[in-house]
Formats: sequence, C-alpha cells, structure tokens
Amino acid sequence: MSQTATRTPSPLRKNTLTKNQLPKWAIWAVLAGSLVLGAAVSSLIGFHVVGWALFSAVIFVIAGFLVTLSVEGERKAKDRFATNLIYAAFIVALVPLVSVIWTVLEKGLPGMTSNFLFTSMNGMTGVVDNETVENGTPVLGGAYHGIVGTVLITFWATVISVPVGLLTAVYLVEYSRGGPLSRGITFFVDVMTGIPSIVAGLFAAALFGLIFGPSTRTGFVAAVALSVLMIPVVVRSTEEMLKIVPNELREASYALGVRKWRTIIKVVVPTAISGIASGVTLAIARVIGETAPLLVTAGFVNSINFNAFAGWMTTLPTFIYRQLMNPTSPTNIDPSAQRAWAAALLLILIVMLLNLIARVIARLFAPKTGR
Amino acid sequence: MSKRIDVNDLNVYYGNFRAVEGVNINIEARSVTAFIGPSGCGKSTFLRTLNRMHEVLPGARVEGEVLLDGENLYGPGVDPVTVRSQIGMVFQRPNPFPTMSIRDNVLAGVKLNNKRISRSDADALVEKSLTGANLWNEVKDRLDKPGSGLSGGQQQRLCIARAIAVSPQVILMDEPCSALDPISTLAIEDLIEELKTEYTVVIVTHNMQQAARVSDRTAFFNIAGTGKPGKLIEYNDTPTIFNNPSEKSTEDYVSGRFG
Repeated sequence: MSQTATRTPSPLRKNTLTKNQLPKWAIWAVLAGSLVLGAAVSSLIGFHVVGWALFSAVIFVIAGFLVTLSVEGERKAKDRFATNLIYAAFIVALVPLVSVIWTVLEKGLPGMTSNFLFTSMNGMTGVVDNETVENGTPVLGGAYHGIVGTVLITFWATVISVPVGLLTAVYLVEYSRGGPLSRGITFFVDVMTGIPSIVAGLFAAALFGLIFGPSTRTGFVAAVALSVLMIPVVVRSTEEMLKIVPNELREASYALGVRKWRTIIKVVVPTAISGIASGVTLAIARVIGETAPLLVTAGFVNSINFNAFAGWMTTLPTFIYRQLMNPTSPTNIDPSAQRAWAAALLLILIVMLLNLIARVIARLFAPKTGR
Repeated sequence: MSKRIDVNDLNVYYGNFRAVEGVNINIEARSVTAFIGPSGCGKSTFLRTLNRMHEVLPGARVEGEVLLDGENLYGPGVDPVTVRSQIGMVFQRPNPFPTMSIRDNVLAGVKLNNKRISRSDADALVEKSLTGANLWNEVKDRLDKPGSGLSGGQQQRLCIARAIAVSPQVILMDEPCSALDPISTLAIEDLIEELKTEYTVVIVTHNMQQAARVSDRTAFFNIAGTGKPGKLIEYNDTPTIFNNPSEKSTEDYVSGRFG
C-alpha cells in the first residue's frame, strides 16, 4: 500500500517536467488569431481570399515562432518555424495540382458524352457547330479518332522503347565493366533525356522522309519520334532498379550452376520488375501528352484511322491543340473549347489508368512477403 | 556422390593485388574441412576459388590448379557453370530468392536451368532436399508461401536445401552461421554432421568452437600484415590443430592470444 502511495503524485504538487511547455490548444489559438488578423490586414487593401490566405500564413508562421520562443525557448521555436515552413511549401506545391485537376474536371465533365467518346470529327463543319449553339442542342462530334491515335501511337512507341531501353539497362548494369562504351552510352542517354521534343519529331520526320520520300506522315513515324523521348527514361529508371537488386541473389543463382543470361532473365529482372513497370509507365506518361512532335510526324485528320503505318493520325494532344487554335466554327468557338477540355480530362484519365495498371503489375510481380 | 579436392600452388589475384599465396591442400571426400583465421586473411576468397565464384568479381584471377577427383577446374575449356553445378555454395547471409515460394526456391537449380521435371519428381525432390536440410517438418504445410517469410535460421537451411537439390559433389559454406542465433546455429551444425555422410563439406568459420565441433580437419590461414597476401599456415586433423599445433601463430590464434 505504501508503495502505491509513493507512486501516486500528490495533487497539490505541480509536475515540474511540464514547465515551459505550451498547452496543446495554444497553436490552434495562434492559428485562429492569425486568420482574424490576416482578414483585417487583407481588407485594408481590398479583401480577397488569396490575400487573406497569404497574410494569415505569414502572420501564423511569425506568431507561432514568437509565441513558442517566449514560452518554450529557442530550440523549440526554430523547430516550429521550420515545421510551419515545410507545411507551407507542401501546400504551395499542392495548389497548382489541385487547381489543374479542378479546372479540367469543371470544364471537361460537361463534354464527356458518349457522343464525344465514340464519334470522330468526320463531317463536322462550322455549320454543325453554329446550329448547335443556335438550337442549344448537345455538341456533336468527338475525339474517338484522337483516342485511337493516342492509343496506337503510344503502343508502338512502347513496343519500340521498352525492349531497347531494357536491354540497354541490362547491358549497363550486368555486362559492362565501366569501359568507354558504357560511359558513352550513359552520357548519350543523359543527353537524350534533355532533347526538346520537337527535335525528336524533326528527327523522325527527316528519317522517314529520307527513306519513304518527303512528308511521309504516319502514326508509326510519330511512334519513332516518341520512342526517342522514351528510351532514355526507360534506360535510366530500369538501370536504377537493376542496380538495387542485391548481388547476393545473383551469386546464389550462379552457385546453383545457372548461366548468367538465365540469372538475369529469371532472377534479376523479376526481382526488379515492379520498379521497371512503374518506370515504363512514367515514360509512357511523359510522351502521351506530347504535341509538337506529333504535328510534324503524324499530321492531323478528322477521320478515324486504325492503321499506324499508312495515313495521317490524330492524337488527343493534337486534337486539343487544333480545337483551341482552329475552332471548327470560327464564329462559335464554345463547342470546340468544350471538346478540347473534355479531351484534356480524358488524357489525364488515361494517364491515371496507366498508373493504376502499373501498380497492379508491380503488386503481381513484387517480391512476396508473409509467412 | 562426393569427390575430393586437391589444390596445388594456388595464387589468387584481384587485379595486381595478390590476395592468397601458394596454397596446397588436400580435402578428403565425405569429410568436413574447416577454414579458420582472422578477417581478411583470404579464406573466403580461397573458398570461392574452389567453385570459380570469385570470377564474378571483376579483375579476379587465379594461378595454379584445383583438382576435383583429378580433373582441373581451371583447365582450358572448362565451363565455370559446369563447375558450379558440381560444387554448391551456401553464403554468409541467407539469400532465398524473394520472388519465389519455398518450393520454387528448392527447385530453383532445376527450374532456372529450364530442365523439364515432372510434378511427382519435383515433389519428391522438394521433400528429399528439405528433409536433408532438416526443414521439411517446419515448412511442409506452407510450401507455397514465400521463402523470405521464414526466420533467418530457416532461410539458411532453405538455402542449404536449395544447394543440395542440384545434387552437388561438394558443398562450400562461407560462414553459414554468422548471421544466426545459437539455436539455429546448432541446427545447421547438426545438419553439417549429417551432410558429410553424402557430401564433401568445406566450411569457413570465425567461430573456433564451431570448427572444433563440426570439422574433421582444420586449415589455419593468416596474413603477415595489411596488403600482404594470405597464406595457409597449417592444415591438420582438427584435434591436432586445437590441442597440439606445430606452428606458434596457430597456437596463439586458437588459444585467443592472437595479435
């Protein structure tokens, strides 16, 4: 009994360990005060939500620092200051992202009709758009041809880049021993990462122009242009992923009398496949939104073309570009703008879908855990 | 199913650096041979030359000969892959393949080489190898679970099962117990005792009690100083090495007066 008694702190005596500690509600009080003060300051120069948020944030960071400094001391105050700055940076980074998604959803959702998804712009003239606006009927015409073009061109670009990129990375990590060839490859891959996309487009256009005659424009030419942009990304990400495969796994495989290339195919690549898959998805996401190289390699059409090897093709980015720059009806541009926003939303959705697929692949192939 | 190893005048180099110098040793079939010595004295390097695993490191090369039942591992035209399929290896840290189940890990040597094996043969091989590694009873109900979910000691026995599934002539072990607790260590030591009835076992260890417990013959390696090559100082029956060594440095090392 006496032991328990000594352990229970006397209610009269204050715990000295809580000295110089701000109570939990203090920071929220500072925040509330900052919001009020921020509203007051911003109304001096004409009230606006953005101004209010900015002033409140600055006041909060400073006040939080001062309050903490006065009670808890210099070290805690610095900690609070840095924490608040990091939160602020995080919020600032989120602003454009949220804003983009919000705007695209707001303007693109009305245009997301089955008409938009499953018809092309074939036969859509300014007359049709003018009638739509005059009669208030739903917008006709859509981006089906653009969806087909985006999917086919990206597919062919992936088919070209993934084997080349993967094998290059395998050479760099597994076979090269830091000789001039591997250093050269690494250097040129780095250079290629920075190539402006229009240059890649001109390269593909010029290459096919030399072989098949000038102004050869097909989906495949565009795919070649995009693969020039994709390959360095695939090489870089795959190289990093292969490098983090533990050497012990390679040795374990060699010690079982397994040949090097089988070890690479059956042990090294499967161990890294989840990272490789997400790297490839990122590379696809990088090129799927390219506009400039497609204009010079695939051209632009209003009708559906399923053949990547003959005839011009439209992709979603070039579709957006045309709808905004050359509206179908120069006098009534609203239908075209609606189509452009819907196409933008669709493009974001496709990239998100690709991301999800990559995650599923990563989950399927990831090293297994559990007992 | 076991062969003897005879090493004649072996030098190992990393680039221009001579890591191991002038080793002559005769390793008996169906016995356990332990390599002891301070860190960096080249015993692991030497062990890896016995199945040409050192070639994985860039710049590593060997002079001299290693005879597996009279056939030179370093003879012209010898494929290191063939050598390694006859001389298996178990590493310091357990390294089961993380993408594979327990069953697939045991069958790795067969499957990675794309050999055809019937389902019943595969089942029999898995049971035989895991039983041989004293692991069958612990994992028989979860063969399809990933190997990385086992404890460290179980993983190491899984690696041993994987090594004996390809029916090698010799098993090399590079400090197989240094990452394990005493109970797992005991399990591995019991296993080594059983393995020597069928295989030639060579083990590198930092634990002199372990060398004394499991091995029939012991080799003591040492270096004269940093940057000097490692040498085989003394090689004899284990009781002789520990009780009555002929070299002063061996006696210092095994009695703990080293350095």
